[in-house]
Amino acid sequence: MRLWRILACTLLLLVVSVSLAANWLAPAGYAKQYREAAGAAPSHEHWLGTDEIGRDRFARVLYGTRISLLLAPASALLSTLMAALVGGLAGYLGGAWARAAMAVTDLFLSLPWLFLLITVRAMMPLNVSPLVSVLVTFLMLGLLGWTSAARVLCSTAGSLRSSDFVRQARASGIGGARLFWIHVLPNLKPVLYAQFWISIPAFILSEANLGILGLGVAEPMPSWGSLLKELEGLVSVGEEPWKFVPLVLLVVVVTSFQFALSKHEEMPA
Amino acid sequence: MTGLWGRLAVMAAKRKKASLIALVSLGLLASSAMAQGELRFCLRSEPKTFDPLRVEDDSSAAIRYLTGGVLVRLNRQTQALEPELAQSWKVSKDGKEITFKLRSGVSFSDGTPFSAEDVAYTVKQLMDPALHSPTGDAFRSGPGDVDAKIISATQISITFPAPVAGLDRQFDQVAILSAHSGKKEMAVLGPFMVADYKPGSTVFLRRNPNYWKTDAKGRKLPYLDSIKLDIQPNRDVEMLRFKRGEIDLINSIDSEYFDKLASTSPQLVHDAGPSLDSEQMWFNEVAKSSLRAYKKNWFRSANFRRAISQAINREDLARVVFRGHAQPAVGPVSPANKLWFNAHLKVEPHSQDAALKALQSEGFRLENGTLKDKDGNAVVFSIITNSGNKYRERMATMIQEDLQKIGIQVNVVTLDFPSLIERMTQTFDYEAILLGLTNVGLDPSEQMNVWLSSSENHQWNPSEKAPETAWEAEIDKLMRAQASSADPKKRKESFDRVQEIAVEQAPFIYLVNRNALSAVAASVQGASPVILVPQTYWNAERLTVK
Repeated sequence: MRLWRILACTLLLLVVSVSLAANWLAPAGYAKQYREAAGAAPSHEHWLGTDEIGRDRFARVLYGTRISLLLAPASALLSTLMAALVGGLAGYLGGAWARAAMAVTDLFLSLPWLFLLITVRAMMPLNVSPLVSVLVTFLMLGLLGWTSAARVLCSTAGSLRSSDFVRQARASGIGGARLFWIHVLPNLKPVLYAQFWISIPAFILSEANLGILGLGVAEPMPSWGSLLKELEGLVSVGEEPWKFVPLVLLVVVVTSFQFALSKHEEMPA
Repeated sequence: MTGLWGRLAVMAAKRKKASLIALVSLGLLASSAMAQGELRFCLRSEPKTFDPLRVEDDSSAAIRYLTGGVLVRLNRQTQALEPELAQSWKVSKDGKEITFKLRSGVSFSDGTPFSAEDVAYTVKQLMDPALHSPTGDAFRSGPGDVDAKIISATQISITFPAPVAGLDRQFDQVAILSAHSGKKEMAVLGPFMVADYKPGSTVFLRRNPNYWKTDAKGRKLPYLDSIKLDIQPNRDVEMLRFKRGEIDLINSIDSEYFDKLASTSPQLVHDAGPSLDSEQMWFNEVAKSSLRAYKKNWFRSANFRRAISQAINREDLARVVFRGHAQPAVGPVSPANKLWFNAHLKVEPHSQDAALKALQSEGFRLENGTLKDKDGNAVVFSIITNSGNKYRERMATMIQEDLQKIGIQVNVVTLDFPSLIERMTQTFDYEAILLGLTNVGLDPSEQMNVWLSSSENHQWNPSEKAPETAWEAEIDKLMRAQASSADPKKRKESFDRVQEIAVEQAPFIYLVNRNALSAVAASVQGASPVILVPQTYWNAERLTVK
C-alpha cells in the first residue's frame, strides 16, 4: 500500500509540475486557432493533434490540468472550512444548534444541485471574462459542496463533546472558544484533512460535468470538463485514441488522489 | 418396394405443383402492386398529434407528409407546385379566391369516397378559431370568414376575406380530412396510413390500399408495404443503428458524422448543398433594455453592425466548423430558395481593415490593441448561445478570435435554452445572441413574423409600437405589399428590396447556410435526397427496400 501511495504522490507531483510548466512546454497557448489544421492528428507540431477549431490539444490539456488542479483544491479548502464552521460548531454546541444546523444541511443535501447550478449560472452577469468564469465556477462548487462534510464533522464534534478529556477540561474551568480551539479542533483535524482530500477529486469531476454541459469554464479557457466534451461523439472516437488523453489524465489524477488519501484516512482520530 | 417408390413419386409431384402455384402467385403479386419491403427510420421526438390540422412539431409533420393527401404538392426537388388530388386550380387576380378541379374516383383509406364536400369540411375545420390550427394561421389574411363554395362533386371555390400570399402553395400543408368517415383523421388519402402506435417506441405505417396514384407503367403506388418509425431522440444512437443496418435512412445528419460515414461508406451519404437553414447573430437593439447607454449606441449603429459583419471570417466558419458542409451566408434568404433569393446580393467580404475603417468613421479607435469608442469605453460584449450545440459554441469561439484581432473583447456564454429564450424575449438582458433559424417554407410570407417591426419575433427589437427606424418602416411596407399582392413579379421586387435592406442594415448578421446532409442505406432504391424537408423520403411512395 505504501508503494502505491508513493507512486500516486509522484504521479500527482509530476502532473502538477508539467501543468505548471505549460507556458514553456506550449508557448503558443491554449487559445490560438490553427484553422488550416483543424481536427488534425498528432504531429511534430501538435503532439496531441488539434481540436475541431484548430487549437493545440496538448497546450489545452496542460492549461486545463493547471486550472483544474489549482482551483479544485482551493474549492475543497473553502468547502472544508465551511463544513468545519457549520458542522464542527453545531456538533460542539449540540442541542438546538446542532438540530438547526443539520436541518439546514439536510435541506441543502436534498436540493437538485445540477439544476440549481444551471439556474445560478443563468442568473450570473453575462459579461465576465473567462478568468472570472473559472473563479466563479470553482467558488460556486466550494460554496455549495460543504454539506456532506458538515454532517461528518457535526457527528465527530458531537462525540468529542461528550468524551472524557473534554469533560475533564470543562471541569478544570476551560470553556467556550478556548475549549473548542485547544481541545476539540485539533482532534477534528484528521477528519478535516480527509474531507479536504475527498473533496478535490469530487470537485474536479463536478467541474468536468458542468463543462460537458457547457456551463463551466468559459471559452477559450480550457478545463478538463471542456476537454472531455470532445468525447461526446462516441461513434467517432475509436479512430482517434489521442482524444482520450484528458479522460485518462482525469482517471489517473482522481485515482492518485484516492491512493494518496488512504494515508490520511489511517491517521488516528 | 414399388409402393414406396410410388408414394415418393406422388409426393414429389405434389411438391412441384405447390412450388409452381407459389411462383405463379408471387408473379401475380409483383405485377399487381409491386409492394416492396419495409422502410425504417427514426423520429426524433414523440408525435404530438395525428390530426393533420393541428401539426406543429417535426414528428407530426413527418406523419402528415406520409399519410395526408393534399390538393397540390410542392415538388421538393424542382420546387414547383404539382397537382395531386386537385387536377388543376386557378387563383383569382386579387389573390382572394382559389378554385380547384378535383380528381374523381378517389377513396379514403377506409373506402369512403372523396369529393368537394371533404375539401369544404377540411377548410371549415382549418379556419375554426377554436381549433388553433398552426396550418390555418397561414391563411388568416384579414378579419372575416372564409367561404368554401361547392360547385360540383369535383369542383370547389374557396374565398378568403383578404389576399393570401402564395395562396396555392399554402395548400401543400393541408391534408384533406373526410367529412363522412367515422374514423375521422385516421381515414387518409395519402400513400400510407397509421396502423399501429406504441407511445415512446414506434409508429407503424401500412400502405394505403385505396391510394389513387399509379406509376408510369400503371402500377399502384406506394411500392413499400410499410414504414416503421422508431422514436429515438438521441442522434448518437440513431447513427449507431444506421451503421448496424437497423434503420434505412437518416434525414438530417451533422457534418462530423457525415465525414465519418463518408470515410468508410461514401455511397451512403448525400450532401444536397446549402439548405434553407441559416446561422446568425444579432445585437440587442431594444430601447428599454437594461444595457448601458453607450452600448445601446454601438448596437443601434448600422456601421458598427456592418463592421462586425466584415470582421467575421465566414469562409472559415463554413470550412472549419462545418467541415466544408456549409456556405457563407449572403442574407435572409438562402441561395437554395431558387424562387425568392436575391441573386444580386453577395457574401460580405471578410476584411479586418474595412471593419476598422468603418469603426473609425464612427469615432472608434484602436489603443494598445483595445478598441475604444469616442468616450473611451473599451469595446467588450458577450455573445450567448445555447449550451450543448457544439457547432454554435465553436462558431462563437471563432468569432471571439476574429473580433479580438480588431481589438474587441468577446465573452462567449453558453446558457440552457429556456434561460436564453427568457433573456431574448422577456428580460432583454443580453448583448448579442448567436442562434440558428430553421426555414421550412419557401414563401416570404412565412417570414412576416420576423420582419414586421410589430412582431414578437422581430428578435433584435421585438413588438415595436411604431417602427423605430426608417429602414424598419420601409421593410414593414414592403413585407405588407408582397403579402397583399397576387402578382409574383411585384412580390419578388418587394422581397428583393427587403433582402437588400437587411444586408445594408445588418440587424441580423448572417453567418452560414448549412448544407442538407443525409444518409440512405444501399438497400433503399429510388432515394434522391434534396434540400427541402423531408429531405430523404419526399418521394416515399416511389421508394423500395430490398
